[in-house]
Amino acid sequence: MARFVGRRLLHLLPVLLAVTLLTFLIASLLPGDLAYTMLGDQATPDKIAALRAEMGLDLPIWQRYLHWLWDVLQGDFGRSFRTGETVLSAVLDRLPVSLELMVMAEALGLLIGIPVAILCAVRSGGAIDRFLTGLAFGKLSLPSFMVAILLIYLFAVQLGWLPATGWVPFAEDPIGNLRSFILPALTLAFAEWPVLMRVLRSDMIATLQEDYIAMAKAKGLRSARILLVHALKPSSLTLVTVTGINIGRLIGGALIVETIFALPGIGRLLVGAIYARDFIILQGVVLFVATGFVLVNFVVDMLYAVLDPRIRHGRA
Amino acid sequence: MTSPLLSLEAVSVELPTPRGMLRAVDKVDLNLMPGRTLGIVGESGCGKTMLSRAILQLLPKRAQLSGRVTFDGRDLATLSAEVLRRLRGPELAVVFQDPMTSLNPVLTIGTQLVETLQAHLGMGGATAIRRSVELLAAVGIPAPEQRLRQYPHQLSGGMRQRVAIAIALSCEPKLLVADEPTTALDVTVQAQILDLLAREQKRRHMSMILITHDLGVVAGRTDEVAVMYAGRVVERAPTSRLFGHMRMPYTEALLAAIPKLESPPHTPLPAIAGRPPDPTRPLPGCSFAPRCRYADEQCRQAKPPLVDPDRCGGLYACWHPLAPQAAAMGI
Amino acid sequence: MAVLEIEGDTALVSPVPSRRRRTNGLFVAALVWIALIGLAAILADVLPIMSPTDMDMLGKREPPSAEHLLGTDQLGRDMLSRLIYGARISLTVGLLAPVIGLVVGGALGMIAGYLGGRFEALTVGAVDVLLAFPPLVFALAVTAYLGQSVFNLTLVIGVLGIPAFTRVARATTLSLTQREFVVAACTLGATHTRILLRELLPNVMLPLLAFFLLAVAVTIVVEGALSFLGLGVPPPAPSWGSMIGEGRESLDIAPWLAFLPAGFMFVTVLAFNIVGDTLRALTDPRPGAL
Repeated sequence: MARFVGRRLLHLLPVLLAVTLLTFLIASLLPGDLAYTMLGDQATPDKIAALRAEMGLDLPIWQRYLHWLWDVLQGDFGRSFRTGETVLSAVLDRLPVSLELMVMAEALGLLIGIPVAILCAVRSGGAIDRFLTGLAFGKLSLPSFMVAILLIYLFAVQLGWLPATGWVPFAEDPIGNLRSFILPALTLAFAEWPVLMRVLRSDMIATLQEDYIAMAKAKGLRSARILLVHALKPSSLTLVTVTGINIGRLIGGALIVETIFALPGIGRLLVGAIYARDFIILQGVVLFVATGFVLVNFVVDMLYAVLDPRIRHGRA
Repeated sequence: MTSPLLSLEAVSVELPTPRGMLRAVDKVDLNLMPGRTLGIVGESGCGKTMLSRAILQLLPKRAQLSGRVTFDGRDLATLSAEVLRRLRGPELAVVFQDPMTSLNPVLTIGTQLVETLQAHLGMGGATAIRRSVELLAAVGIPAPEQRLRQYPHQLSGGMRQRVAIAIALSCEPKLLVADEPTTALDVTVQAQILDLLAREQKRRHMSMILITHDLGVVAGRTDEVAVMYAGRVVERAPTSRLFGHMRMPYTEALLAAIPKLESPPHTPLPAIAGRPPDPTRPLPGCSFAPRCRYADEQCRQAKPPLVDPDRCGGLYACWHPLAPQAAAMGI
Repeated sequence: MAVLEIEGDTALVSPVPSRRRRTNGLFVAALVWIALIGLAAILADVLPIMSPTDMDMLGKREPPSAEHLLGTDQLGRDMLSRLIYGARISLTVGLLAPVIGLVVGGALGMIAGYLGGRFEALTVGAVDVLLAFPPLVFALAVTAYLGQSVFNLTLVIGVLGIPAFTRVARATTLSLTQREFVVAACTLGATHTRILLRELLPNVMLPLLAFFLLAVAVTIVVEGALSFLGLGVPPPAPSWGSMIGEGRESLDIAPWLAFLPAGFMFVTVLAFNIVGDTLRALTDPRPGAL
C-alpha cells in the first residue's frame, strides 16, 4: 500500500509544479499594469517606476516566477493592495463557507442520486427507469442559475419558507446559517445528482449481471443486503471518482451560486478580485483552487485502493 | 419406498430472443432420492445449466418455465419469494463453475461465509466466525483463521472453489447442485475437489446433482447419470449400467471422445463431427440425427420418446439403440 | 448456424428496439426546434417583429397583448423580439466557440493518440493540468480584462473547450489505431499525414461531431451564465442569460420575464443534448450505458 501511495505522490509533484507555473503565467500575462492599477489615481510616471522596481516587476519573467514560488512555498501568497489582508487570510476566512456549501451540495446530490440509481438499476428497462433516466437527462439541460431562479421563486417568493439571499455565521445562529445554505446547496445538488445517478446506475446494471450477485441470491441473502453490500461496493468506483472530481470543481465552480445567493465564499472572492483587477488575490486564489482540485483527485485515487482491494495488492 | 427429494415433471424453459423463442430445456423428467447423487452430462449449449437454474429458481427474468419442480414435496414455483429465499442455504445450495466470478471480489472470505450463517442460522458474530473456521478446515484449507481476512483474488483457484463449497455446505443443505465445479480448475486439482464433494455428500447424507460436460467426472462418483442433448434427456440410467450398457449412440460418442492415456501418441481425438442444432429452430426428428452414424429416415422424421422397454431402470431415447454387446465394446 | 451459449445470458434478451423508437420521436422534435430557432435567429432582421432595444417606459412589464405577443420587459422592450435576437447571440457563440475546440483539440488529440510516446504523454499531462483550473474563473478574468464582447467571449469559451475535445479525439483515435485498416495503410507505406487525413479522420469525425453538439449545449449554458452575471455579452444586446438576470429582480411581480428566456434556453439546450446524445449512442454502442 505504501508503494502505491508513494508512486502516486511522485506523479503528483510535476502536476502541482505545472499548476503553479500556469497560474503565474496567466496572471502576469493579463493586460494592465499592476503598479498602475495599484496606485490608482495617485499614479505618476515616477511613482509607477518606483513601485515597479520595488515589486521587482522589471525582472525577467522566470525570475519573478521563482521569487513568487519561493514565497508561496513559505506560505506567503501575497497581500491584496485593496484591502491589505493577505491572500492566505482572505482565503481562510471564506473557506468555511465554501466548504460548507460544497459538502452540503455533494451530500444532497448523493442522497438523491444513489437511491434513484439503485432503483433504476434494479428495475432497469422498466417504466420507472425510463422516467427517472429521462428526468436526469432533462436536468442536465437545466443550468444552475436557472435552478436557482426556480427555487428562489418557489421557496422564497411564493412560499416564503427560505431566504433568497443573506448569510449568518454558524457560530452566531446555527439554524439561520443552515437555512441560508439550503437553497444554494439544493441548487448545486440538482445539478450534481443526474451525473452521479447516471454513473452509478450504469455500473450497477453491469454489476447486477455478475455471477457473484447470482451467487448471493442463491445463498438466500436478503435483497437489501445484496444491493447495499454486494452490489454497491464494486459499482461505486466511478461514482467515487466523479464525486471527487465534482467536489474539486465545486471549490472554484460554485461561484455562480455564491453570487446569486450572496454567500461570502471563495467564489465571490474571486469575482470581486476580477472586478477590482486585484491581480494578487486573483493569482493566489486561483493557485489555491487549482491545487485543491489536484489534491482532491489524488485523494480520490487513494480511495480507489480502499474500495477495491485488488488495486491495493497490485493487480487491477 | 421413500418419495424423491427432488422431482422434475415435464420441465421446459423457453427464452425469448430476437430470432424467436429459444427452447433451452425440453420436457425433462427427473427424480432424485435423498442421499443420492445424480450426474447430468452434456456438451455446451445442451441446456444443462438452464436446467440447474430452473431447479434453483434462478432463471433470468424473461425465461418462461413450464412443468413442475417439486422439492421436498413442495412445488417451488408456488412459493413466495421470501419462503424461497429462506430455503436457499439450509435446504438448497449451489456451487458455480468459476469461483473467481462467483465470489464477490471486494468482500473478504470471512464476510461471505459469516453472512450466510447469520442470515439463515441467526448466529452471533463470534459464533459465526468460529463456525466459519471449522468449515474452512473441513474443506481442507490450511490456516483457516488467516483466510477469513483475505480476499478471493489472494487464493488459488482450487482454494477458492473449496471456499465456495464451504459456503454452500455451511447451512447443511439437503440438496447441493454443483454446476461444472471443476471445469475452471487445473486437472490436478479437479480430482481433489470432486473427492471433497463426494466425501461431504456421504458424510451429510446430502443429495447432490453434479453437472458436467465430462463423462469421466461422473464415473464412480454418481449413482445415476442423465445425458442431455439439445435440451432433452436422451439417456438416463444408474451409472454402472450407463457405462456398461449404454444404448444411445450419443453417449457412446461422448465416451469415445475422452482422450485415453493408453492410446498411442498422436492418436486423433474422435471428436463428434458437426454441431448441436439451433435451439430456435428445433428439428422434427431426433436432434442428434444429423451427427449420428446410425441415423436413418425414421430418425429424421420422428422424435424418439424416452422409454425403458427392457424394464431395467435405464431409459433412452433412440430408434436404433446400441445392442448390448456392441455397447460393451465402447468402453 | 452457431451454437447459442444459453448459460443464462440476459444480454440475449435486451430490449434495444423499443428504446430506439422512443428516441426517434424526441430526436425529430429536437431537430425541428433547432431548425426553427436557427431560422428565426438568421432571419431576425427581416421578420415582422419590433426592435429589441426600443423602450416604452409607459408599458413596462406588460403581459402578452396584441401589440406585444409575449409582453414587455422591465424597460418596456418587446419580449418576443428580444428572445429572437437573444437566440442569435446564444447560437452564434454556441456554435462558433466549440468549433475552435473541435479543430484545435481534435487535431491535437488525434495526433497525440496516433503518435503516442512522449508527445502523447505531454499532451495528456497538459490536458490534465488545464482541466484543474476553474474554467468560469478563467473566462471571467479574460473577459474582464480584455473587455466584454461577443468576439472575446467566443474566443475564451472556445479555447477553454480545447482540453475536452483533445481527450475525446485521443480516446477515439486510440481505439482505431490498432484496427486493420490503419495497419494496412501503414504496411502499404502511407505517410503519417495520409493515414491521419484519409484513414483516421473520417472515423474520428463522427464521435467528435456528437461531442461537438453536446459542447454546443454546454457553451450556450456558459454564455448564459456569464451574461446572467452581467459579465458576458454587453448590454443592450439581448442575451437569454442577461434577460434571466434582469428578470430576476421582477420575480415577485412579473416572473415570466425570467422564465420565458429560461424556457427558451432550456428547450434549445435540451434539443442539442438530445441530438448530440443520440448521435453518440449511434457511434459508440454500449449496452446499458446512457
